[in-house]
Amino acid sequence: MKNATSTTNRSTGRNVLGTSALRPDGVAKTQGNFAFSSDFQAENMLWGATLRSPHPHARVVSIDPTEAWKIAGVEAIIFADDVPGKATYGLIASDQPVFARDVVRYMGEPVAAVAADHPETCRRALAAIKVVYEQLPVLSDMDAAIDPSTPAIHPDGNVIRHQRIVSGDPNIVGDVVVEGTYEIGMQDQAFLGLEAALAYPDPGGAGVELVVATQWLHEDRKQIADCLGLSPEKVRLVLGGVGGAFGAREDISLQVHTCLLALRTGRPVKVQYSREESFFGHVHRHPGRIHLRHHADRSGKLVKVEGWMKLDGGAYASTSAAVLINGITHLQGPYACDNAVLDAWATRTNNPPCGAMRGFGVVQACFAHEGQMDRLAEALGMSPVDIRLVNAMKTGDKLFTGQVVDSVAPVARCIRETADIPLPPEPSRVTGSLELPGGSGRTSDPGHIRRGVGWGVSIKNLMYSEGFDDSAEAKCTLADGVATLKFATAEVGQGFVVLAQQIARTVLGVDTVILDTIDTQIGSAGSTSASRQTWMSGGAVDGACRLVRERLFEHVAHLHNLDPLQLVIEGTEIVDTLGPLRVAVADASTGLRIEQTFLHRHRATEELDENGQGNCHVAFAFVAHRAVVDVDTDLGLVKVVQIATAQDVGQVLNPMALLGQIEGGIAQGLGLAVMEEIVVDDGIVRNPSFTDYLLPTALDAPDVVAIPIEEYEPLAPLGAKGVGEPPCISVTPAIVAAIRNATGRAIMRTPVRPQDICLAD
Amino acid sequence: MSVHVPTSLTEAIDLLVANPTARLLSGGTDTMVEVNFNRSKPESVIALRRIAALREYTVDSDRIVIGAGVPYAMMEKGPLAAALPALAAAARTVGSPQIRAAGTLGGNLGTCSPAGDGLPVLAALDATINLRSPRGPRAVPFAEFMTGVKRNSRAVDEIIESVSISPTTGFQDYAKVGVRNAMVISVASVCFVHDTGSSSVRIALGAVGPTIIRAREAEQWLQSQVDASQQLPSHDKLVAEFAQRVAAAARPIDDHRSTAAYRRHAIEVLARRLYLRSTQ
Ligand SMILES: Cc1cc2nc3c(=O)[nH]c(=O)nc-3n(C[C@H](O)[C@H](O)[C@H](O)COP(=O)(O)OP(=O)(O)OC[C@H]3O[C@@H](n4cnc5c(N)ncnc54)[C@H](O)[C@@H]3O)c2cc1C
Repeated sequence: MKNATSTTNRSTGRNVLGTSALRPDGVAKTQGNFAFSSDFQAENMLWGATLRSPHPHARVVSIDPTEAWKIAGVEAIIFADDVPGKATYGLIASDQPVFARDVVRYMGEPVAAVAADHPETCRRALAAIKVVYEQLPVLSDMDAAIDPSTPAIHPDGNVIRHQRIVSGDPNIVGDVVVEGTYEIGMQDQAFLGLEAALAYPDPGGAGVELVVATQWLHEDRKQIADCLGLSPEKVRLVLGGVGGAFGAREDISLQVHTCLLALRTGRPVKVQYSREESFFGHVHRHPGRIHLRHHADRSGKLVKVEGWMKLDGGAYASTSAAVLINGITHLQGPYACDNAVLDAWATRTNNPPCGAMRGFGVVQACFAHEGQMDRLAEALGMSPVDIRLVNAMKTGDKLFTGQVVDSVAPVARCIRETADIPLPPEPSRVTGSLELPGGSGRTSDPGHIRRGVGWGVSIKNLMYSEGFDDSAEAKCTLADGVATLKFATAEVGQGFVVLAQQIARTVLGVDTVILDTIDTQIGSAGSTSASRQTWMSGGAVDGACRLVRERLFEHVAHLHNLDPLQLVIEGTEIVDTLGPLRVAVADASTGLRIEQTFLHRHRATEELDENGQGNCHVAFAFVAHRAVVDVDTDLGLVKVVQIATAQDVGQVLNPMALLGQIEGGIAQGLGLAVMEEIVVDDGIVRNPSFTDYLLPTALDAPDVVAIPIEEYEPLAPLGAKGVGEPPCISVTPAIVAAIRNATGRAIMRTPVRPQDICLAD
Repeated sequence: MSVHVPTSLTEAIDLLVANPTARLLSGGTDTMVEVNFNRSKPESVIALRRIAALREYTVDSDRIVIGAGVPYAMMEKGPLAAALPALAAAARTVGSPQIRAAGTLGGNLGTCSPAGDGLPVLAALDATINLRSPRGPRAVPFAEFMTGVKRNSRAVDEIIESVSISPTTGFQDYAKVGVRNAMVISVASVCFVHDTGSSSVRIALGAVGPTIIRAREAEQWLQSQVDASQQLPSHDKLVAEFAQRVAAAARPIDDHRSTAAYRRHAIEVLARRLYLRSTQ
């Protein structure tokens, strides 16, 4: 990708917007000095640990901690009755107990927590707590959950949400009709920095400070304060170094437990999950089943989409309701179509809770609609590219929800520019080459390889939807030529820290930009999710810097008897556009201290009505992916050779950071295509470790050829769209389509397993 | 926990006698995983890394001896790889470079997982496991060493000293199926050895039964069909039947990594491919 290696603006040498400015935390991270939240320690600190249910559904008959209390070093053991405030929490519905009291609804549900002098003491104490369970029938099937005759496993019922979309003429029929049922497995976010938090109690238990790796400090604070029975200002959160998030840190996990243990013992308490516990400690991507019937006319133009979508939310609601709305409203894909009849359900079962993960319901929808586009192409004798070009959405097109897409929508351009990327060279002719499917297992000989090409194109909403006002606040202080930025934006690895600095350098003409601690001492920035922080927190930082610049111009204009409107920033100088004045920002701001706070809001959205109509989303981004795979058709092994992609980004603000999002997202989408799945068997998780939950290695990662499509987005503060989620969405269907293309097999499920390719259906 | 770091085998054996419950530690790539998962809590550890003799190997014309402490990285290239191409191929499939630098054949034998990648090679090459205890040395054929899933016939006071292998002439290779292109536990694997010197074909299967399985019926059938002192013929029917007979020897199960049906299928494909590679 162009510019990806130049780290500064060539002409000025400054790390402003548009350059691959280096992240301020980059060197520390590569050298191993960066403090992740698991690295924090406090004097006199205790360790905390959580006792979890081994059963997916059981009555808790009794809990007896007597033996655990006998272990030297145990300082606290707490249960449901020890939660002083609200007994439950949740992002949308407060339906998840801090600790299970009478019943556990999923394997791994917290039942108790201990604090002790050492992690090993904690482990022994947990083992010594006697819990008697009476196992209950496990509800693990979505259809059973939807069936009203199935007994409810939660007071809120077994359907978390149902939504319908009826749009246009529901009875219209196309010349060509194709249908299919698609299935998506449960993916884990698998961030590398495990859950960790350190809580410091205030004297007398009046409040608490929590250092934690999270995606959204203020939402955490609200839920924690409610459960602790404290007012929110008594709960102060500081962002601990976050090693990835991908949605898994949107729900709280260890936050309340850690604070409770600290308040109970009056000592700092640290809780840190192991990889295995992490699999039980956070929500996953919803597994789903989607049935679609596409109608088209002879030219390939979509006439109607009908069908249903079922996503399994598992035991608790988390963000299922919002994921479902994202899912159903994106079932049409990035294609114009007027008519639809769709139903969607998010179910409650005794499976692990599912919630936010990069793509948020759209990954599932895209897997299905892209499968359908290929089926249509085949039925009509068209190419995968042509069927998509014929239907490509444009600015001004209407969605099934009645909402008009007023974002920049270069769908056709994304497809065309992706198609123009050269195909990779032919597969290696060397027996046992590491580049062949099977990799280091050296199973493949060149004669067994078939190459396939597949396409995926997607639409993704940006920001929160359905009336949610996820605003972002930022403060900028300019003093003596140095800007200091304060915001509560969770830096989870995406690079907002460097973007914020680039914005301040560009707007204010300063070179040194100090970042204040990321904590709750300023208003909310909203969640680092939904591809929203560049737009929202970027908008807030931009706004705050502009306010500071106005004050600075006023000050300079006053000194020189000028109209402040004459002044502009050029490089690091303030320049009078109508006269000779030219003064360095550093000089002009000497002795000054200008501080401004800005709250950035996106435009309002609406809830959907019972027919799924309403302007529920803020804006949209688009992307196309073309996958080239080599498949060993006898063994069912796959090597993804190349992913070509053109992504609608609005503006490129940092080419290297953009490429990082694109390559990382593609790796994550590849994982869902060919290996990443939490195997759940009647509520029991079979592979909660990296031994058996497989993530792509360097040998699995494809060559990525990426082209940013830069069409300035007028709705966005910096003209730039969020780029975090799109890379991982349509790459999965593209890879699966390429496998279908190589093998001639239908393959309706992802991740694709070897036996799905080489054994009879 | 006490940690002992002997520098000679006799010292290690004395320590093992004095601490009968001690855990022997070689590369630690299995042991530390167990400790981290709380599956084992060794009270006492005898680390074998400083015993130079365990980290040596000799390649002679009639015998190859590999110390139990030789890491995979040393089998991937050099004289060992030249003498034992199948072992080199197996070593290259193990984990990541870090794991191959630390993990050893002794540890693979100590753990005795059916998915251990060194083991099908030892089985196919009819390796002998050399053990040593206060009672002296004991040599056990691999087939008698591995007795079940993570079970072997090592006595508690025995240390695995080395494995010895008679060199073969002709083709040998190893291939392993996993769901990822690197660093993956075997779903099914095959070691194929065609020794023209002894006119024999030997084939061993990994991860498709409680122990490594030698497909002896298939070996004997093939030897009755061909002249194994020569390059093997490559006509389709013969190869297909051989591969089917090999797959029939597998005793795979369904689990979260794969299905029995796929594993058996993969064995058949690998048997066919390795056979054909031997004819090229
Ligand atoms: C990330 C990862 C990937 C892996 N990938 C693979 C893979 O692809 N293929 C594979 O086969 N394995 C794999 N393994 C497992 C492991 O690396 C191998 O089994 C390795 O051979 C173990 O050797 P070690 O020296 O590390 O054993 P250790 O952990 O030191 O010991 C293992 C066992 O053997 C015993 N032992 C060790 N030496 C002796 C001795 N001289 N005498 C008697 N007993 C002894 C120990 O007491 C212990 O019970 C992997 C492990 C990890 C962590």
